[in-house]
Amino acid sequence: MSLSRAFFAIIRRDLVLALRRRSEMVNPLLFFILVITLFPLGIGAQPKLLQAIAPGIIWVSALLAAMLSLDSLFRSDFDDGSLEQILLSPHPTSVLVLGKIIAHWLVTGLPLLLVAPLLAVFLGMPDSALRVLLLTLLLGTPVLSLIGAIGVALTIGLRRGGMILSLLVLPLYVPVLIFAGNAVEMAGSGLPVDAQISILIAILLMALVLAPLPVAAALKMSIS
Amino acid sequence: MIATTQQLFLQGNDLSCIRDDKVLFAGLNFALYSGQVLLLEGKNGSGKTSLLRILCGFREPDAGQVRWCGEAVNDSQFYAQMAYVGHLDGIKKELTVLENLKMALALSKPGRYTIESALDKVHLAGFDDALVQTLSAGQKRRLSLARLLITDNQLWILDEPFTSLDKQGIALIETLMIEHVVKGGMIILTSHHDIDLHDVDVQRINLS
Repeated sequence: MSLSRAFFAIIRRDLVLALRRRSEMVNPLLFFILVITLFPLGIGAQPKLLQAIAPGIIWVSALLAAMLSLDSLFRSDFDDGSLEQILLSPHPTSVLVLGKIIAHWLVTGLPLLLVAPLLAVFLGMPDSALRVLLLTLLLGTPVLSLIGAIGVALTIGLRRGGMILSLLVLPLYVPVLIFAGNAVEMAGSGLPVDAQISILIAILLMALVLAPLPVAAALKMSIS
Repeated sequence: MIATTQQLFLQGNDLSCIRDDKVLFAGLNFALYSGQVLLLEGKNGSGKTSLLRILCGFREPDAGQVRWCGEAVNDSQFYAQMAYVGHLDGIKKELTVLENLKMALALSKPGRYTIESALDKVHLAGFDDALVQTLSAGQKRRLSLARLLITDNQLWILDEPFTSLDKQGIALIETLMIEHVVKGGMIILTSHHDIDLHDVDVQRINLS
């Protein structure tokens, strides 16, 4: 019974599950694309304005898309009792839930990264900002999944946890939004962004190490 | 490893459970040794499931403690030696029978039976690649009980294991339970059905 085997088995299981119920994977992505395409329609023919707010649009949409996808992280496992079995495993729960969070990011976060360049071009974002946008998404979206997992784990036992979940999680997303949005904006004007990127890396590493512990504890609490 | 050389036992000392200001049970003591079955009886809402969830560690008892081989549950090998089948089957309906059992195996240690022989035991042979959502409720139940066979465990905690099983299914699970106990395992279960475990040391706790 090796821990790494259990860890990878969880990731593989969740990826197979995501493939078998595709809506879970497609919904946040579709939402992300739709919201971004609505902005040019709403703002009208003002390419300069659009270009100026493009980093914010993309990042806020990514944030909302991540929020939308959070509930699926533990919901089905909670409903069908798989979560009980995961908690009863002799392996440390925090490592197993980290596996679930990674799978969740691969399914809901990574696709955003893949369509983002297209949408950036659509909003008229300068090429110099594109690379930084991808880098911030790569560093930032896993943080959204990790922090979101704490919120879901706390609210999964509540019948209508949706509202509380957003109140709980969105404030914690703000630092990521500020630093990522700022980095993309600065890169657009040709300024260095090392500081923001370093802070995003620090946030990611901290979330990676610290988030699984409260998630495991909150799941134990939610299941009782 | 320690499990085989040493006498295993589960103790509940002075357990009590309070739910919504109502005392479900208080001052409950029991000791269960290998080769024994503990049957919890009582009306609906008398706290049978709550007691099982306390024993699994999902709930903290409001007083008292659960000990495995004399140690507090969290300091012991308890979770490596127990398996639980609750009201919820704990199987994924979008996965196949085989994928579900492989996942269960990855979370625990391989036990007495291989996946094929366990499926054979619970009369699900040939269903390996069937999606669980195509199975009937009784077949799902038998699949979740097959999990007990493929993983290495001494203590089975079963909450109403006979729900949605037919007569043959019930007889089958009884046979598996007797086999487990005879080999030195132990079982804690709740059941509304009259169970027929001949030649087995059954303790009964009536909660109401």
